[in-house]
Amino acid sequence: MKQKSRKGISIDILYLPAVILLTVFVVYPLLSGVQISFTNWNGYSSTYKYIGFANYKKMFHDKMFYTALKNTVIYGVGSTTLQTIIGISYALLLQKRFPGQTLARVIIYLPAMIASLIMGYISYFLVQYNHGAINDIMIALGKEPVDWMANGERAVWIIVVINALQFVGKTMIVMIAGLQGIPDSYNEAASIDGAAYLQRLRYITLPLLLPAITTSVVLNLIGGLKLFGIILATTSGGPGYSSHSLSTLINYLYFQNQNAGYSSSVGLFLFLIIMILGTIVRNFLEKKAEGIS
Amino acid sequence: MKQKKNLKWIKTLAALLIIALHICPFYIMINISLKEMSDRSSRWIPAFKPYFQNYVNAMNTGNLGNAILNTWIIVFFSVMIVVVVGAMAAYPLSRHITRRNQIILTFIVGVMMVPQLSILVPLYKEMVALKGINHIWGIVLVSATFHLPLSIYMFTNFIKTIPSDLDEAAMIDGCSRFQAFFKIILPCLKSTTVSVIILTGVGIWNDYQFQLYFLQKPALRTITLAITTFFTDSRQDMGAAAAAAFIVVLPPVLLYICLQKYFVQGAMDSAVK
Repeated sequence: MKQKSRKGISIDILYLPAVILLTVFVVYPLLSGVQISFTNWNGYSSTYKYIGFANYKKMFHDKMFYTALKNTVIYGVGSTTLQTIIGISYALLLQKRFPGQTLARVIIYLPAMIASLIMGYISYFLVQYNHGAINDIMIALGKEPVDWMANGERAVWIIVVINALQFVGKTMIVMIAGLQGIPDSYNEAASIDGAAYLQRLRYITLPLLLPAITTSVVLNLIGGLKLFGIILATTSGGPGYSSHSLSTLINYLYFQNQNAGYSSSVGLFLFLIIMILGTIVRNFLEKKAEGIS
Repeated sequence: MKQKKNLKWIKTLAALLIIALHICPFYIMINISLKEMSDRSSRWIPAFKPYFQNYVNAMNTGNLGNAILNTWIIVFFSVMIVVVVGAMAAYPLSRHITRRNQIILTFIVGVMMVPQLSILVPLYKEMVALKGINHIWGIVLVSATFHLPLSIYMFTNFIKTIPSDLDEAAMIDGCSRFQAFFKIILPCLKSTTVSVIILTGVGIWNDYQFQLYFLQKPALRTITLAITTFFTDSRQDMGAAAAAAFIVVLPPVLLYICLQKYFVQGAMDSAVK
């Protein structure tokens, strides 16, 4: 194959603009973030001191950091689990034509069009203590209204549900695409052999769906671990610091605490978690998928 | 046969319940946006006498018109960069597969895993040094860069499905590699380009983190920043807040309803290899 053009310039120069942009706005900041994480920079002054590993030591003794870390894992794993289960169920239901099928698909996917910050605000109308839509139902049923977001642990799970329901449409679409790749004849043959619906699901559909499941689990996990907008809109990390994720903690440390050095350390930690967890989960699921085929 | 018909009805019923669940938050939002602040009725009860003043208040106090214009400008220029730079980069990465280019492709796709907030502090520092804070070009370059990997990924996957005989034939006919790309491959990329425009356009329209830090002047506020002011405002005018939310949510939702097919295609292109 001819690799050079007539003028002798390799076509590789076509990716130069992309590489330059990514280097300037992602790689360089990532590296300079490592440097900042070893300083006590406050985010605006022109002077700062190198303080070695002090920020990292502080991080591993910081209750706030541990809460945010635990919540980040809940946001990531919780949303992924919900999205996968509900997404597959929706896909199985909405795979074949019937009255209402198209409308349901459209509506389920619709919230994915909206900024998660704004979805958070819209959900706030439901879970608000004062006159929230859910409390309106409680009152109508003659029960006491509940301050849903006042308890940090409950708030975390409510946020998980909001996030999962907002993006379950994406999972559903990936699953429907996966289901369409499974030949009808497999299921027909099994049902002639007397396999019930659940058996066919367990031994034919789900294993063949594994590639689609892998993609969407990895995407959802990364999305959940990065969660930011919904938390900011519904609790801003509160009450206290009980519903912070690492993302909102980074924002808090920098914006309100003027602790840019420490904020950078947490930022790098978040990056590491996402890279490590993302890679492990992808390898695990891909191996499983290979084992089947 | 009868059993099959029954099954269909059960499915329709289940679909209706799911639709109701997912539409709830939007119903409540629209309801609130049409009620006066003094109206303390349950949020589930429809607004029988719609109070449109909320929409007027939302446009005026939040300066939403300006925010929408700013957002359109940022989305337009960022998406242009994402498409042009992305399609260009994808060509050598999918056609001229050397070890070095494979490493570069892995690196580009790996960038997708970098969370925006992880590099917030150093990027802010860099933008101050480049004097890009409070300038449209600053946020445009940063937003475009962060959406570039997805675009390159999608274009590369698509170009790999075009038979390379096509560009080789063109080169035998006297085209250079570059001409083969611009004249033969580029016109084939229409459907992927639509997917990239939709995905990155909606992504940048909804962006928040970077805008919060890089656009501090009220005149440069984008929709997500403008919306925040309604909810952090002490007056707690929920009617205007809901109206504002409705106004900024409308464009992507309308676009999605009109161009559904492309949105779904885009979602699949971005996830399935």
